[in-house]
Amino acid sequence: MYFKTVALAGAVALTGTMAFADGHAACEIGARVSIVGNEFPAIQTVGANAQECQGGEVTTNLTADHQKINLPGMQGNPAEYTTAIIANSSIVALMNDDVIRPLDDLVAKHGEGLSKNQLITINGQVMAVAFMANAQHLVYRADVLEQVGAEPPATYEEMLDVAAKIREAGIMENPITGAYAAGWNLAQEFNNMFLGFGGSHFKAGTAEPNVNTEEGIKALEMMKALSEYMNPDYLTHDSNAANAEWRANNAAIMNMWGSRAAVLTEAEGTPQEVIDGTAMGGPLTVGSGDTPASTLWWDGWTVAKNISDEEAEATFIAMTHAIRPDMLNEETSPLAVWLIDGYEPTEKAQGVFAAAQASTIPYPMLPYMGLLHTALGNELADFMQGKESAEQALKDVEAAYIAAAKEKGFL
Amino acid sequence: MKHKTFFWFFLPTGLAMFMFIALPIVSVVIQSVYAPHEAVIIEVENCGPFGCTTETTIDQEATAAVREAQPLGRFVGLDIYLDRAHLAVGEISEAWATASSMGEFWDVLFNLPFYRALAFTLTYTFICTPALIALGLAIALAVNSLHRHFKGLAIFFSLLPMIVTPLIGSLILFWMIDSRGILGNFISYLADDPDLSLKASTPLMWISLIVYGIWSSAPFAFVVFYAGLQTLPSDQIEAAQIDGASRWEQVRYVVIPHLMPLVTFVALIQIMDNFKVLEPIIGFQASAHATSLSWIIVNDLGGETRQLSAAATTSVLTILGVAILLSPVLVRTWRDFKSGAH
Repeated sequence: MYFKTVALAGAVALTGTMAFADGHAACEIGARVSIVGNEFPAIQTVGANAQECQGGEVTTNLTADHQKINLPGMQGNPAEYTTAIIANSSIVALMNDDVIRPLDDLVAKHGEGLSKNQLITINGQVMAVAFMANAQHLVYRADVLEQVGAEPPATYEEMLDVAAKIREAGIMENPITGAYAAGWNLAQEFNNMFLGFGGSHFKAGTAEPNVNTEEGIKALEMMKALSEYMNPDYLTHDSNAANAEWRANNAAIMNMWGSRAAVLTEAEGTPQEVIDGTAMGGPLTVGSGDTPASTLWWDGWTVAKNISDEEAEATFIAMTHAIRPDMLNEETSPLAVWLIDGYEPTEKAQGVFAAAQASTIPYPMLPYMGLLHTALGNELADFMQGKESAEQALKDVEAAYIAAAKEKGFL
Repeated sequence: MKHKTFFWFFLPTGLAMFMFIALPIVSVVIQSVYAPHEAVIIEVENCGPFGCTTETTIDQEATAAVREAQPLGRFVGLDIYLDRAHLAVGEISEAWATASSMGEFWDVLFNLPFYRALAFTLTYTFICTPALIALGLAIALAVNSLHRHFKGLAIFFSLLPMIVTPLIGSLILFWMIDSRGILGNFISYLADDPDLSLKASTPLMWISLIVYGIWSSAPFAFVVFYAGLQTLPSDQIEAAQIDGASRWEQVRYVVIPHLMPLVTFVALIQIMDNFKVLEPIIGFQASAHATSLSWIIVNDLGGETRQLSAAATTSVLTILGVAILLSPVLVRTWRDFKSGAH
């Protein structure tokens, strides 16, 4: 009897949510949908929205390890995942192994709610649909800067001046923080600085590395100069640790991801002065260049190649439903800088908007960029610790990249 | 046991070992001598939310045919073994020819990822293994001499480091040695240097990793030795006592010889385990200071573009490394077995 009551209650609750979902927009699908992707709040929302669809089972596997499982999960035939939520860096791995399908016919048939700038086209074919943008930009403590009489910095050189002032005034010993952990994060900071100095990662049109250049050395020297104002443990600080430093009132300036801006000061126990003082700025420039020392990113979804056309269609309908314009509301809008029609940027989104307007360079969507990124992450820590010169570190990066690129058949 | 009985007794284990140990090793070896096909790269125009750019991509149609013909990839023989990411034969011979001093040659050698990882892996293995055996033995002797009421509790607490998941154990220590953590602060107070940071110094990081390694594996040695102590005949100890042996002499001349086969066993297992050190490096985020062969494998597989062949090659080299390290012990065991059989 008890069991029956519980089952009944469940059924009533289920019908309730169904009615609720119907109230928003009808989403009818005719086959299974299986989603793999990262786990941050904006993507959780997209996954939950897709599960409103009726007529076929919609499963999600949202995890920080999505990059390790999306490719193997799409290589089989039929593929386990019918869609992978990826970014401009990680779509490359799926493209390289040819596991995602062109979406032009599905866009023509079901894509009326999508705007033109959401469509990621590669060689004239739509390969992904973007729904949010991201970039690293300045985050600063307005109250601390005011105390030392400094304006928010617009360049990395000014950032060093401001940091020196804060240290001299005895407010903070290590006023700069950032995601400088050895590995992916450190490599990404190098990419930012390198592009800001006007560098380009590869010799035009080839897979030959081009980082052991004057721009590369300048980029490393600037990173080293910044690290003088960071907590000595900075090589172990990823975005989470940098944000913790921020909340603990230990730092006053950092270059941080827009996707973290909204929740930066939300954690319980954050001091009121940090909550009130935290302000967002645009991306910084460096070396009197015009190009911001940052990269633009989009997050979007793809559809697997090795599935039936019915499943592909169901996936497309469910994922389009998940990012339809009327999913935006007070709760979902602040979660990301949505690339969806009708999105109004919130206060905390202005950094990413400024980055897009300042013609920041998008993170390169090249088949071999991932290998260079890994090589940078492995080899740059020696320079940061003062164990070798900038030239030697960049020489090592190129040598490590060349060995990997030869193995993968790019050189 | 009769050979026939032994055969049927061993068959299920043997089959499982063949399927889950031998076959994967064969697969890894094959993977290490094949690499992905040469990519046919074309220039294309890519468009997205931030405008259009000319970029390169892989020409899938051109590559599909080659893939179909040779699904394993292209055969590269030992190329990957010899490249810079592994044995780096070319780089080493060049450094040998051009280096003006031995120091310069070592600098080049330990700047290569494989040798840098090997240097830490071997240091870790050869400091941790003897130290944890000594510590395990000391704990076992101490617990064994406790009153029986306290033994259960003492055993439980001595086992805790092994019960804690390695990654969690290393994370806890990682937070404690942070420059704002309890141990990090204490050490910087002792050294009277507010800028001292364990995580920023390579020697201190190596020491932390090794201390963690001993802490987490000593309970294993302890359990084995403690079990061994229960089989120690009391008449031998009593005889030693009557002869006037001190407590240390009893341990040195009676207990340790009795436990010697177990010491070999623990050494064997721990050399294997320590050579594959991975969790503390990940947990301590120590890759800027120390890397190991297992860390290289994980790193090759964890990038946005996975390097399967490179990872397979490092795996084969790890297996060879373990085999070389264990060979003296295995040879001795084999000799003992042969002489015992006569």
